[in-house]
This record gives sequence, C-alpha cells and structure tokens, in this order.
Amino acid sequence: MTAEIGLAALWLAAALAVLQMVSGFAGLRAPADAAHPLAIYTRPAAIVQACLAVLAFFMLLRAFAVTDLSLKLVAANSHSMKPFIYKVTGTWGNHEGSMLLWVGVLAASGGLLARFERRLPERTIGATLAVQGFVALGFYAFLLLSSNPFERLPVPAAEGSGLNPLLQDIGLAVHPPTLYAGYVGLSVAFSLAMGALLTREVNPSFARVMRPWVLGAWVLLTLGITAGSYWAYYELGWGGWWFWDPVENASLMPWLAATALMHSVSVLAARDALRTWTIMLGVLAFSMSMLGTFLVRSGVLTSVHAFAVDPERGAFILALLAINIGGAFTVFALRAGAVAEGKRFAAVSRESALVFNNVMLSAILAIVLLGTLYPLLTEAFDVRVSVGPPYFNPAAAMFAIPMLLVMAVGPLLRWREDKPARLQFELALLASVAIAVIALIAVLGDFPLLPLLGLGLAPALALAAVLPLRGRRLARVPVATWGMVIAHFGIAVSLFGMACEGAFTEERLAAVAPGGTEQVGDFAVTLDSVAPVAGPNWTAIEATLSVSEDGGPPVILTPQARTFWSPPQSTSESALLTRWNGQLYAVIGNQTEDGRWQVRLWWKPFVTFIWLGGMLVALGGVLAIAGRVRVDLRRRMAAQKGAERRADLEALGAQPVPAE
Amino acid sequence: MIRAALALCVALLAALAPLAAQDSMPPAPYAYTQLEDPRLEAEASALMHTLRCLKCQSQSIADSDAAMAGDMRHQVRTRILAGESPEQIRRWLIARYGDYVSYEPEVSATTWPLFAVPALVILIVAAVLLRRLGRRRSDADDDAGETA
Amino acid sequence: MRNRLFLWVPLALFAFFAGLAAFMLTQPKDEFVESTMIGQPLPDFALKPAFGGLPGAAKADLVGGQPRLLNVWASWCLPCIAEAPQLEELRQKGVEIVGIAIRDRPEDVADFLARYGNPYSRVGSDPISEVQLAIGSSGVPETFVIDSKGIIRYQHIGDIRESDVPKLMAELEKAR
Repeated sequence: MTAEIGLAALWLAAALAVLQMVSGFAGLRAPADAAHPLAIYTRPAAIVQACLAVLAFFMLLRAFAVTDLSLKLVAANSHSMKPFIYKVTGTWGNHEGSMLLWVGVLAASGGLLARFERRLPERTIGATLAVQGFVALGFYAFLLLSSNPFERLPVPAAEGSGLNPLLQDIGLAVHPPTLYAGYVGLSVAFSLAMGALLTREVNPSFARVMRPWVLGAWVLLTLGITAGSYWAYYELGWGGWWFWDPVENASLMPWLAATALMHSVSVLAARDALRTWTIMLGVLAFSMSMLGTFLVRSGVLTSVHAFAVDPERGAFILALLAINIGGAFTVFALRAGAVAEGKRFAAVSRESALVFNNVMLSAILAIVLLGTLYPLLTEAFDVRVSVGPPYFNPAAAMFAIPMLLVMAVGPLLRWREDKPARLQFELALLASVAIAVIALIAVLGDFPLLPLLGLGLAPALALAAVLPLRGRRLARVPVATWGMVIAHFGIAVSLFGMACEGAFTEERLAAVAPGGTEQVGDFAVTLDSVAPVAGPNWTAIEATLSVSEDGGPPVILTPQARTFWSPPQSTSESALLTRWNGQLYAVIGNQTEDGRWQVRLWWKPFVTFIWLGGMLVALGGVLAIAGRVRVDLRRRMAAQKGAERRADLEALGAQPVPAE
Repeated sequence: MIRAALALCVALLAALAPLAAQDSMPPAPYAYTQLEDPRLEAEASALMHTLRCLKCQSQSIADSDAAMAGDMRHQVRTRILAGESPEQIRRWLIARYGDYVSYEPEVSATTWPLFAVPALVILIVAAVLLRRLGRRRSDADDDAGETA
Repeated sequence: MRNRLFLWVPLALFAFFAGLAAFMLTQPKDEFVESTMIGQPLPDFALKPAFGGLPGAAKADLVGGQPRLLNVWASWCLPCIAEAPQLEELRQKGVEIVGIAIRDRPEDVADFLARYGNPYSRVGSDPISEVQLAIGSSGVPETFVIDSKGIIRYQHIGDIRESDVPKLMAELEKAR
C-alpha cells in the first residue's frame, strides 16, 4: 500500500499545485484594492501540497528502508544485504528518488513561505506562490509522466541489484541532498523575485524576505562544493581537488550566481539600490541550478554521462528549463524596464564596491559557462575540443583578482559616498603586506604566477577581513557583521590553501622495494611491507608505510589498492597524514616486473586550508542568517508589544502612540 | 548530485574497465616513475597536466590510473629525456588525436570564441561599470545637495 | 526606451543555448576519439613477435602488394572476442590482417588465438602502447586499412560487427 499512498499523494499534490498557481495568478488579475475570490486558496493549497509531497517522499523512504522489492526503483537500486543507513540514503541515490526529494523540499519551502511569511503584500505572496506552484508543477509532471518512483514490478524481484560498493559512502549519502536543498533555496528566491517583479514590489522589504532564502541556499551550496572537493581529493587518488570538470562546474555556477545575488540583495535591503540587478541575479541563480541538473542528467556533455543518463529525461528537463527560464527572462524583459531605479550612490561607496564585485562574479560565471558549454557547441559541428584547467585558471583569475582586491576594501567603505583619502592608512597597509609577501616569495624561488599572486593576496585579504572590526566594541558588533568578517576571512584562508598547494606541493613517484625509503618534503617514507587484505566485498593489497618526520618517531600509514568483485572495479584508497601545516598523501600502485611497488607520495603544505576556508565561509553565512533572523524576530516582537500597548491604551481611552 | 555523478562516473568507468582495459601487465617504466633530473621532470609534469586522458572523462594524463594514460606519461617522459621540447611532444600528439588531446588553449579556427568572448566580457564589464559608476559620480555630485 | 533591447539579451542567449541543447539531444552521442592520421603514412615501427607462433610486425610488412588490415587488439579485451569471427571471415575473403597486441603476454596471446581462432599473418607485441599512440588509436579493438604505399586510409573503432564487414571490404577495395 505504501507505494499507492505515495503515488496518490503525489497526484493530489500536483492537483494542489495547479490550484495554488491558478488562485495565485487570479489574485493578480483583481484590482489592487479588492481581493479576488479565488485568491484565498493560495496559502492553504501551498501548505497542504507541502504535506502531501513530504508524505510521498516518506512513503518512498519507507519502501527503501524495508527493501520493498515489488517496487521497480527499489529493486534496481537497493539490496536486502545493504547496511540500513545506505538503504535509507539510497532513496535519493537515483534519478527518480532524487527528483522526489527535490520536489518535496521545494513544496516544503513553499509551505513554510505560505504559513509564516506575513511581511509582504498579499498580492506579492500570491504571485510568489503561484510561480512556486508553476515550478513545482513542472517537476510533478516530470515525476508522474516520465519517471514515476512508485512503479510496481509485475512480479516482485527476488533480490535487488544495487550493491555498488563505491556508492556506499557517507559523503555521497549527504552530499546530494545538501546541493538539492541549495538549489531549492534558489528556486524560492526565484519565485520571490518573479512575484515581486509581477506585482511591482521590488523594494527593501521584499529583499529582507528573500535574503534568508538566498543565504541559506548559498551556505548549502558552499558546504556542498567544499565537501565534494574534499571527496574528489581523497577518493580519486592523485591529490587533485578541483578539475574544472563539467559536473563540478555545474555546481560552481549556481554558487557564483548565488554569491552575487546574496550581496546584491543585501544592498537592496539596506539601501534600496540595485533593484533590477537583484531580480536579474535571482533569475540567473535559479537558471544555473536548473542548467546544472540538465547537464548532469541529460548526458549531452562528455564526462557527465553517468548519472541517470537518458535523452528522454534530458528532453523533459530541457523543456522545463525552457518554460521556466525562458518565461522568467521574458517577464524580466517585459517588466524590468518598469522597475523604478533604486537609490543612487557615488563611485566610491560600499554600493559601488558591491556592484563591482557582482559584475566580476558574473564575468567569472560567464567564463565558466562558456568553457563548460563550448565543447557542446563545437560538437554540433562535429569538432571536439578540450577546455580544461589551463583555460579556466587564467581566464577566471583575470576577473577573480580584481574582485578580491575590491573585496578587501569594500567593507571598509561607507554607504552611499566615501572619500578614498579616509582609507589611506588601510590601503597602504594592505598594499604593502601583499607586495612584501609577493616580493619575498619571488626572491625565494621560481613559482608560477597565479599561486604567487594568491600567496600575496591571502594575508592581505585576511587582514582586510578583520579591519572592519577595528575600533569597535567587539561585544556590540552585530552577529551579521561577524558573519561577513568570518566569511571574507574564510575566502582568504581558502585562497592561501590553494596558492600553497599550487606553489609548494612536492611530488614523489617511485618504484620502491620493501624496506626502501623515499624522501618527500620533511618526511622519510619507508615501505615496510605489502600484504593482501580482504573486506566484506573486496580484496586489496595494503602497503604499510612508516613515515618519519625529520627523523622523529615513525607513524604508520596504510594505503590500499582495492578490487571489488560485484561489480568488478578497483579503487585506490589513499592514506593521509594530517599535520597543522599540510597533508602527506600516500597511494600504493601496482607491482613492477622486478618486484618493486609503485608508490605515489605528495607533501601538500596547507592543503587542508582550502576546505577549512570553505567551512569558515559557510559558517559566516550561518551567522549572517542567525543575525538577520534575530533582528527580524525582535522587530516582530517589538511590533507585537507595540500593538498590544496601543490596544491597551485605546481601551483606556487614551491617545494611541505609534509603535516602534 | 554533482559529486554523486562524478562518483558514478568513476564507478562506471571502473565497471567498464574489465571490458576495455583489464590487462595484468606491469606499467611502462616511466608511467609511475619520475625523471631523475628535477628540471626535466618539472617540464614533463607541466606538459602532462595539459594533456587529456583519452580513455577517461575530463582528466589529464597526470591524474589518471588508466593504463593508456600511463603509457602516454611514459611517452612524454622518454621524449623529454631524449631532448624533445614539450611543445614538440604536444604537436606530435595533436597530429595523432587532434586538438582534443590538448587542454592548452590555443587560438584556432575552432577555438577563437573561447578568447573572443572573454575579451567581449571585459568590454561589457568595463561598459557596465562605467555606466553604473562613472555616470553616478556626476549625478551624485549634481544632486548631492538635494538628496543629502 | 534605451534599456529595452538590452533586457532581451539574456532571453536571446538562453534561447540559443536551449536550441543548441535540444539539437544535441537528438544527435547520437559518440564517445570515440578518431585518429587524425588518416591519409598519413604509417609511422616507422618494428615490433617483436607477440608470441612464438607468428613473426612480429614492422612497417615494412604493411607496405607493398595488396592493401591490408592493421588490427589493434589485446587478449584481455572482451570486444576482441566478439570480433574474432568477423576477422576470420575477412581472412577467408583473402585479406591479410596484421595484428598488434597491446600490453599483452605471449602465453595469453597464444591462449586467445588457440581459443578464438587466428586470423593474423603476423602479430607484433606493443607492451607500452607505443605504436598505438603513434597511429592515433585510443582503444582496443581498432582496425586500420593500410594501402600498398603504407598510407593509413580508414579507421574502424570498436569491434567489427557482421554489418561492418562490407564497409571494410569496400574500404580495402578503395585503397587498392
């Protein structure tokens, strides 16, 4: 019955999405002062739809948890012998389940918006929920018409066929839902942007409603990308942490757009400037998350052709993309001209620094988009080209470096108008730090240009990140400001890690006989022995390496080369030795003809700072949300108290006093 | 999803491996061994990072375990050792596999938009910034008195 | 209004992308990397015998006389088993087939040929894919048509199916 309940809930939710859409748009047609009779259904429809979609998801979760093999999806992707945790996470480890999770989160956030959001005019909320319903309807159609997760098998399978050991990884279990939730957060921002555009309510109070959604989505995307990068680093066995692979770019592009959107929405909330720009970025951020989904699932690009690749599904997602994004850009083109220009600001002001950085982020986005899609374009003419790190690195750095420079000074500038002369000391300090470091390192050795620039920029940025705290009572600094400081500091930390990895990594590839020693960095690595070991579904050869730092006591590392037999595949399990100032990365390879073993060793100074920085950036985002929400709640409570007092005074027959 | 896809990619490649490349031969001598001379090794390594592994997806031969990538690394290192320049080796490979084998961006009849578009982006960025910030300055100066 | 046209730019770019993506979805996806050595002379090479039964292969063995097939294969490659009957059929039609065994051991080669038939006149051993890289081949099995002057005329990627035999015969005829 579980599956039938789930399917029924899904159909009902789709029907409610139609109601939500119709009643929301109907509200738009009514004259401004009168409510449309249909408009009252929007909020309840969104809330009930949310409950139904979540119910459908839980039904599928249950089917996976008990391994209901009469379901086609479960039979294809699960196995009764899997550990329970991976049975559960297997729910979204496949195309249908992940789409259901997506639409469940989408509906849930629509429900939350409908239930709790009272700050915007009713017409705007109605239009927002209508757009939300429209987007959700597309996904419901996709699920129900082309990828039904609840399809039954005519005869239940005897056993599931999803025991792929590589996919039984806790990182892979948590990583996708993190990104989905981020994408969904962007879709809420998109619906709000459309709602505001349709009802001509692009103003600071709209921005304040949008901001937590954008921040939340951005935090999740940051975490997702950081975790994904670390996963690739330890799993792929060559010490690389970013490959500019189309799949990676598909997650980076929404992040770039979301970063720009987050800053732009803050300007709109604080200063009522950048109205059109915020709307544009709202549309763009959501487009990029849809585009990422399309690229990953349709298989149009080489390298992404593994995940649920199916041209029919690709066509469906493309159609959704065309309708949603094409529609949004059309509305944008028709309506954005009518959005009144926001408040003005001088060329030297915090607004203009933010504009500059937004433009730079958009330029990086354009480069990444071009580089990712270009092979697709040439393939249409039967020419194959490769666009990889040697293209992306310099092209992105061209815009990233000016952006980072402005990021350093932006937070020090005043809103609306400022004088460069006021910041003379800070500017001189930051410039001298950067130049001194670059000069020092350039004297020490011959390093590539980009890591060198990164090494110079990182300390300057770290210093600049904390400068806004100068001369302030730390206890009284708002939580949101701490968020900004920590996030900017995190960027500096991450940049430092990237630059160090690029400039100072030491590599040692050698064939080593047992007992032999290789030197990498300050470490003497001795191959003690190589022995076969066996796991539940794999066999491996395991090397025992004793690692001695500067002649100190040895530490044992045990990298493995594993061979799984069902399905047959091999992986290398790297062994990492983490020190405060970097990581030693060891991999065991094949045996050579003369009985020696291929050993790959890297000493990567400060490489952990890359992900540490990413986590700091996300933490900054969390603090920013916490700070904003706290202020909002206080305001709400103050308003409530004021209203109560007013009511009391009125009851006493006195003059009302204005609230707040 | 993104990493999951990458993982699946790896899984799929590995799953395909028995069909396509499950030889038991030890790797070529220079597939996993560095050159003695650090300067030559640095040259080889830089070149290998810009050559595409033909059997893998979106990986350079410098970070792939595919047997063919190993053989390509061996070719690169032996040729560097024999005194060929990295550029000669790249040309040699491009003559065999086309531009596809090289990640190094080069302006050609098929790749010029990769360079034209960033240049265009710079122009657009400059124009947008000038319009938004340049004009604002004079406006702000003009109406500074009124709005202040 | 001056701004109006500018506002349509995102939509235009997006429409272009959507059209391109839609077109690409209808295209069959081929993952093959084609050799750009077609029309070029074979590079010089001389490979040792892959096993005791047949002589090794060198460029000189492929020049002169009738056009030949150069088959890049390996005993560890499953599609190579699938194409064995078609290679045998080609041999019976009088085509000389020179094999290059990639990263292979003599005993495995002998075993494979004993089990699935031996269509080759010579098999050279290429333990480090040297010749494979030199002719622009990116996998096994691949089959090249070499004309009498030693020029590479055609490349077939993947296993030879029954339906590919006429095409190969036609290419051999063209190379004559």
